[in-house]
Amino acid sequence: MSDAAMLEVRGLNAWYGESHILHGVDFDVRQGEVVTLLGRNGAGKTTTMKSIMGLVGRRAGSIKLNGAEMTGLRPDQIGRAGIALCPEERAIFAGLNVTENLMLPPKIAEGGLDLPTIYTLFPNLKERAASQGTKLSGGEQQMLAIARILRTGAKLLLLDEPTEGLAPVIVQQIGRMIREIKQRGFTVLLVEQNFRFAATVADRHYVMEHGKVIDQFRNDDLQNNMDKLHDYLGV
Amino acid sequence: MFMIFGYPSALLFGQLLLGLINGAFYALLSLGLAIIFGMLNIVNFSHGALFMLGAFVAWGLLEFLGISYWWSLLLAPIVVGAFGVLLEKVFIARLYKLDHLYGLLLTFGLALVIEGLARNQFGSSGMPFAIPRQLQGATDLGFMFMPNYRGWVVAASAGMCLLVWLVIEKTSLGATLRAATENPAIVQSFGINVPRMITLTYAAGVALAAFAGVLAAPIYSVNPNMGASFIITVFAVVVIGGMGSIAGSIVTGFGLGIVEGLTKVFYPQGSSVVIFVVMVIVLLTRPAGLFGKGGH
Ligand SMILES: Nc1ncnc2c1ncn2[C@@H]1O[C@H](COP(=O)(O)OP(=O)(O)OP(=O)(O)O)[C@@H](O)[C@H]1O
Ligand SMILES: [Mg+2]
Repeated sequence: MSDAAMLEVRGLNAWYGESHILHGVDFDVRQGEVVTLLGRNGAGKTTTMKSIMGLVGRRAGSIKLNGAEMTGLRPDQIGRAGIALCPEERAIFAGLNVTENLMLPPKIAEGGLDLPTIYTLFPNLKERAASQGTKLSGGEQQMLAIARILRTGAKLLLLDEPTEGLAPVIVQQIGRMIREIKQRGFTVLLVEQNFRFAATVADRHYVMEHGKVIDQFRNDDLQNNMDKLHDYLGV
Repeated sequence: MFMIFGYPSALLFGQLLLGLINGAFYALLSLGLAIIFGMLNIVNFSHGALFMLGAFVAWGLLEFLGISYWWSLLLAPIVVGAFGVLLEKVFIARLYKLDHLYGLLLTFGLALVIEGLARNQFGSSGMPFAIPRQLQGATDLGFMFMPNYRGWVVAASAGMCLLVWLVIEKTSLGATLRAATENPAIVQSFGINVPRMITLTYAAGVALAAFAGVLAAPIYSVNPNMGASFIITVFAVVVIGGMGSIAGSIVTGFGLGIVEGLTKVFYPQGSSVVIFVVMVIVLLTRPAGLFGKGGH
């Protein structure tokens, strides 16, 4: 694990049309880490993910991947640079079957998981290969949305609330999967509302509020900061 | 000669064939429109003009360069497709953030300009285009004489439609296209250059129109109005089939050609409006079209 940040976000501002949503977001993700963005509804977590991917109308500030500036690039160029997003709404394609959904993202580099490994991690996807993508259960769709970005060779994965609305057993399965891909050298930026889940997978946490990062903790320190965290998240 | 439903069989089969020929053009043209609509979300009103341009390119290649019909089937779609790239990049791409209506107005205006220029240059009477030597004559099918060229048009159109359908529904390129019509932003984030894909989709759609134009050249004389007369009916076909449905546009195109042909036999007065009557009925009962998603 090197100390230089793999992803370095500085002074990130973002807008949807006229609404100014992010007001100078700063954080780092180091190679091989799992880092979460925590925060209440509307704090700007999803917007931060989309901004990194180039999917908001306008953004300013700096986003560096391994030292290379991403803010001037189109989303496809950012994708080719090695960042992949699993969006909050999962974006499984209704017009594609499970296999087509899985194989849709092109390989951008070596080092992605091969199909047998993916099917070992997500056995349901193999059984349902010919089903229409959106006919899968919510949990299966989430698995598919994650699985399809593991194949491509992208090394920095942005997972936006992968556990949202899922049954506890599925949440545990996703937790195991995240620890597994961390073992395999992937780096993960994870958006979560459920910090109990986040604590089982993450190395560090950032807390967002009103379009800014307002605090950060190491996962080891989480217990000492429970009161603050309850306060931030209103739980 | 024998009779079917009290009509001479030769009349029936003759009109059926004419209907199939029209259907062949409806299918190719509405297929191109469906592909373009799916990806660009615009109704390409230039489609008829680009169909006409395809016929003119074939005519020009033969007249000035001595390039045969067969090469034109390949070259005219390439030339018109390249022109489509230009149109998309220079004009249409600027409109994606605006209301649909602007795309419609722009492509309609482009059609008027293209057709006007052609009329200015070539007059509106039209130029003959000979049927290629290999396809002259007719074949006795037993129940009727079929002009070879007409049989070829139906076969070529059906073959091309099938090919396009296979590419869109059964290949990974097609899967990417289908995905990009649903959610272009996410597809682009996977590293796919969606803006370029949109340009090429427009080019492919108008190339299909040009292919149809070359097929049409020996049947209708090559003239500046040949697209305009087709395109109104084709839009009705698209509405009936359901905007953007690939299989729907093919099936509806051929089907309505046949319906039109049969109407000529059984109720000749109605043949010019039957497609529009069908359109009204479909719109009243299934507003999204026969194959459209969403339904009521
Ligand atoms: N497309 C949009 N247009 C305008 N405003 C938006 C849009 N998407 C989000 N917003 C606003 O931006 C702010 C941040 O939204 P964002 O989705 O980033 O929050 P979040 O932290 O991901 O919340 P949640 O936990 O509910 O997913 C909110 O106030 C939201 O209303
Ligand atoms: Mg969110």
